[in-house]
Order: sequence, then structure tokens, then C-alpha cells
Amino acid sequence: MAPAAAPRTMLGKIWDEHEIMRHPAGPSLLYIDRDMIHEGSFHAFADLKRRGLKPRRPKQIFGVADHYVPTLGRSARDAASPAIAKMIDTFDENMEWGGVRHFGLTSREQGIVHVVAPEQGITLPGLTIVCSDSHTSTQGALGAIAFGIGQSENAHVLATQTLWQTRPKTMRVTVDGALGQGVTAKDVMLALIAKIGAAGAGGYAIEFAGPVVRNFSIEARLTLCNMSIEAAARFGMVAPDEITFDYVRGRHFAPSEQEWDGAVAHWRELVSDEGAVFDREVVLDGAAIAPMVTWGTSPEDAVAINGHVPDPSAFDSADKRKSAAKSLDYMELTPGTALDGLKLDKVFIGSCTNSRIEDLRAAASILKGRKVVIPAIVVPGSTQVKEQAEREGLAATFKEAGFEWRESGCSMCAAMNGDVVGPGERCASTSNRNFVGRQGPGARTHLVSPAMAAAAAISGCLTDVRRL
Amino acid sequence: MRAFTKETSGVVAIPGVNCDTDQIIPGRFLKADRAQGYGQFLFHDIRRRDADGELDPRFPLNKPGADQATILLVEDNFGCGSSREGAVYALVDHGIRALIGPSFGDIFYNNALKNGLVPVRLPVELCDALEDHLTRFPEAQVTVDLEAERIVLPGNFGTHPVQIDPFAREGILRGLDEIEMTLTYKEQIQAFESARIASHPWLGR
Repeated sequence: MAPAAAPRTMLGKIWDEHEIMRHPAGPSLLYIDRDMIHEGSFHAFADLKRRGLKPRRPKQIFGVADHYVPTLGRSARDAASPAIAKMIDTFDENMEWGGVRHFGLTSREQGIVHVVAPEQGITLPGLTIVCSDSHTSTQGALGAIAFGIGQSENAHVLATQTLWQTRPKTMRVTVDGALGQGVTAKDVMLALIAKIGAAGAGGYAIEFAGPVVRNFSIEARLTLCNMSIEAAARFGMVAPDEITFDYVRGRHFAPSEQEWDGAVAHWRELVSDEGAVFDREVVLDGAAIAPMVTWGTSPEDAVAINGHVPDPSAFDSADKRKSAAKSLDYMELTPGTALDGLKLDKVFIGSCTNSRIEDLRAAASILKGRKVVIPAIVVPGSTQVKEQAEREGLAATFKEAGFEWRESGCSMCAAMNGDVVGPGERCASTSNRNFVGRQGPGARTHLVSPAMAAAAAISGCLTDVRRL
Repeated sequence: MRAFTKETSGVVAIPGVNCDTDQIIPGRFLKADRAQGYGQFLFHDIRRRDADGELDPRFPLNKPGADQATILLVEDNFGCGSSREGAVYALVDHGIRALIGPSFGDIFYNNALKNGLVPVRLPVELCDALEDHLTRFPEAQVTVDLEAERIVLPGNFGTHPVQIDPFAREGILRGLDEIEMTLTYKEQIQAFESARIASHPWLGR
């Protein structure tokens, strides 16, 4: 009798299903089911044109304008500068040239690529999905292999619908117990990154598991997987389940009703087998996680909101002591300062991390009947999220509270479209990166959840949302 | 891609753990055509006193002669963050041919290999010791020999293996074009694709 096959991880199963061949030198030639394209892809298109090639499978490529789009209007003329307008125009031209379906500035399907793809049913369990954006890990939340690539790899996918990839190691992150009041997927990720470090999952694909993750909505799982890359994992994944199937069913690019049962039967087989071995296991106690905030210039510089700015000399490694001191200098913070109560200049709610409908609901629930005391903007993750929020009355709540209600795009997270935090300004942001200058030269970013951002806007300082 | 076999050069140490690609090239420069040359954007903001001001003489790459070095010594998790390949273009267009560091961001690492920029991983203790050595002997030279898969460090730091996956190594040594190489497997791709679309018809709509 043949021995039973060894238990496999979800990553292994999806990987094997997409392996066309293995090169004698190691890597797999993976079939790529869907490639998402944004304005930054002009390098890859220039490469194709130079070679006299066209996209091989235009129907498996989807373009979305997000990085450079204006949030104060829906025409390239609203762009902050002629150079930015040109990026949007060039994108449209390349999409037309390549015969690629795309959701441009005026499309009702437009939005941030990682918000749009799940929303349109482009992201599905069991697929391989790439995008020349590091936050492509977001899309693994539906049980897909989804990862960020550069423009050379993007050109390779456009030309061949494949990529040479070396299989990553696997890490299972189990979130046990239950989250406390006011604690969200964003806080779980900041707590994880603080624990394992910004380089902690380098070379790994993370599979998120445990009761907290199983109870999460798709929106929360997307937030979780989104920030995998901030722990250096190129891939974040959650096993597909009934919550996933309910979410996907009926979406535009998903299997039809006739195909549905067959598709779901296959998706159910993709989950990691009982006894599958992961290269590394990390366990978090959900009950021990508080609303989190960053104090430094790396997402690993995160502490509970009731915590304090650390003393750089307290870190174990000399490199970290040096970089923490540099971060505090940039952030203009002194060790021992309480984070709760730290004065702010601005609040930004948006980005592929936290701009979905649930994020807006969470923020709006804090704002009801209150007023902001500092400039605050909210940029919905997609035009559809925006319209839904308007129908639900959330937009009215934001506006009554004094938030600016914008059109969708990457906006102040990537700060490429002209939406920036000014030099020296301190911003509470629901985005994913507090890097030096990320939100604009000299900008100081504190990463928080949407509810925490709303709390910050009405009090003008970092605030423990649990008090409100 | 320019082939890389062996490179000997002085080394400039770039300080900072988790040096993300926003530091290597700020987002506002990513609109430029490659033909303009990305070298001018390398470390643009962190090598200046303020974002658009004059060069900060304390930044290692601004020191006299530092522009001649083709090898950089970097710290842990170099190139983390955004997938922007512009970070690699900036290094390559500036003339950088190899990096030495304890670890690199995964996407950055792949982008580097696609552009013939060789990222060499060495243990963090060795990197720290090399950095100390370079402050005392700024003229010290390092040889990255991709053909022999080894790196020769100055002083008594010895010779160490260079571990680059053989697939990427072969490509860089010969300056191969990966798309052309992959297209030689067109038939296998076509056969796989037909079966895939047949079992997942929604992919072809």
C-alpha cells in the first residue's frame, strides 16, 4: 500500500497547482492567474514595446488607476501637477494599447487596487495573483497566493503569464482567544510586527489562523494580510471558509451560479491539512492586545496606546539603539513621553490597509455627534465603498464632524498624488507605513486603526479609543 | 541586463536598519522615465540637510571619493517596504554593482537580481565588524566574485561564500534576458494554460 501523502499547507497546495515546471536550478515556473496593474507599470509597458510584444493574456490583466489619482475631483485636470496628470494619461494609453480592461479615474469600479480586486471578484481563493505593489499580500486574505513584484517581473508576467519563483518558507501566526473592545485587525498586525520585527518574516509566507482570525470578516482579514509585508513577508494568507464564500458569491469576475458548487468544492480542499508542518509558528494572545500606535519610523516601533515612547538605550541591539535614537530625533519625541495625549496636526483615514466599508463604519461610530479639532480627511478605498458609505449615511457623519470627504485613491498613504502631510506635521494615519518622509518630506506619521484615528481627530491628540 | 562576473571596489557603509525603498528613492521621483537616469534620485532626501537642500557632508555617500565605490555595505532588512523597482534603478544608475548586508527585503532582492545588482548576505556580526574596519580603513577593498561564488573581505576577515540561487546567478553571470529564456518554454506554458482555463473558465472572461 502506498504511504499516505504528507499533510500539506495551503501555500503548498496552491503552489503545486500552479507549477508548470521546475527549473533544474531550483525555482518553479508558476502560472499567474491574474495580474493587477496601476500607473507605475509604465516601465513594464515600455519594456514590452521595446521588445515588440503585447500582453499575452489581456483578459487576465486588470488595470486600476490609484497611486496618482486626485481625490478632489475625477478628471486628470484635477491632478496636482502636469507631471502627475501625465501619469494618469499614460496609464490609460497603455491600457488601451495593450487591450487591458481597466478601471480609470472616471470608472465606477475605480479605487485602490487591493480594495477593488476583492470587491470585483478578481481576487478568489486558490488563485495566483500579482501586482507591482508590495501590498498585494492583502489579497491573500481570500485564500490566494498574492504577492508584490517589481516592474521587471511585471513585464515578465505580461509577456508570458508566468513567473520564476522560489517557494517561500511558511510561518503560521495563530491569534488565540478573543480581542478586547476597541481592538482591531490593525492592532493585531502592529502587535505582531512589534513582536517579530519589521524583518521578522523575511523569506516566509504567513498563514493567519486561530479563533480571532476565523471570526474576522473579510475586511478585517484583508487588513491583516495587507500588513504582512511590513513584517517582511511577501505573502499573507487566510484559509477560505464560509465567510469567504459568502463574500465572493455573485461578484462580477467570480464563478457564475452554474459554476459555483464546483468552485467551492475545490476551494474547500485548499486549506492546510491537519498536521501540516510550518517552518515557524508564532502565537499571539488576542486578549492581551491593546489598541496600538507607532512612535518611530518603522512599523515595528509600535506600542499600546497607554504606553510610552521608549528609551533607545533599552533596545538589545546596537543597530536598533542607533536607529531608534534617529527615529525619535525625526519624530521629535523624548523617551518616556506618554503616547496618549500626544498633540497632532492632522488625521488621515484611508489606504489599502483601512479604507473599506467596515473601517469607515468604525470611524463614523466614534464621530457621531462630535466635531474634529484638527484637519482630517477620509479617502474611501474605492468608488463603490464611497457610494455605499454615502447610502449608509456615514459620509454625512464624517462631514458633520468636520472631516473632508474625498474621492478614492492611495492619496496620503503613498503621497504621490499631491496629498501630503506638511514638513514637521504630525499625522495619525490609518495607513501602513510610518517611514521617514513617506507621507511627504519631513512628515511624522503615527499608525493607528480607523477608530483610533477618529478619536484622535476629535481630541486633537493620540487618544485611547476605549475611553470614548 | 549587464553581466556581472567579478567586482572589486572600495565600500561605502549606509547606516540604518530597515532602510526602506522610500529612503532609497522617494515616491515623488517615480514618475521619471528611465532614460533620464535614476542615479540622481539615489537616497535623495536622506543625503540632504532637508528634502531639497544642499548635500549633508555627514552622509557617507557625500564624502570625497565615495562616488567611486561600486559596493555598499548596508544594515538589516535593506530595501524593505514598497516594491518600487526605482530603488534598484537608482542604485544601478549611480553605478552600484553589489550590496553587502545581513538581510534584504524580499521584493527588493528579486528586483536587484533582475537588474544585475548582486545582493550578498553575510552574518550581521561580520557586517558590523566590517563596518568598524571601514571606519578605520576607508580605502579597504572588497571583491565580489560571482563566478567563484565568494566574497573576499579586507584585513583578516577572510573569504566567504556568496549564496545566490543558481538560477539567478546563471542569469546574471551571462547577462541573460529572462523573458526570452521563458519564451523558449512557450509550448509548456500554452498546454498548462489551456488546461487551467478549461477548469477555471471564469479566468478567461
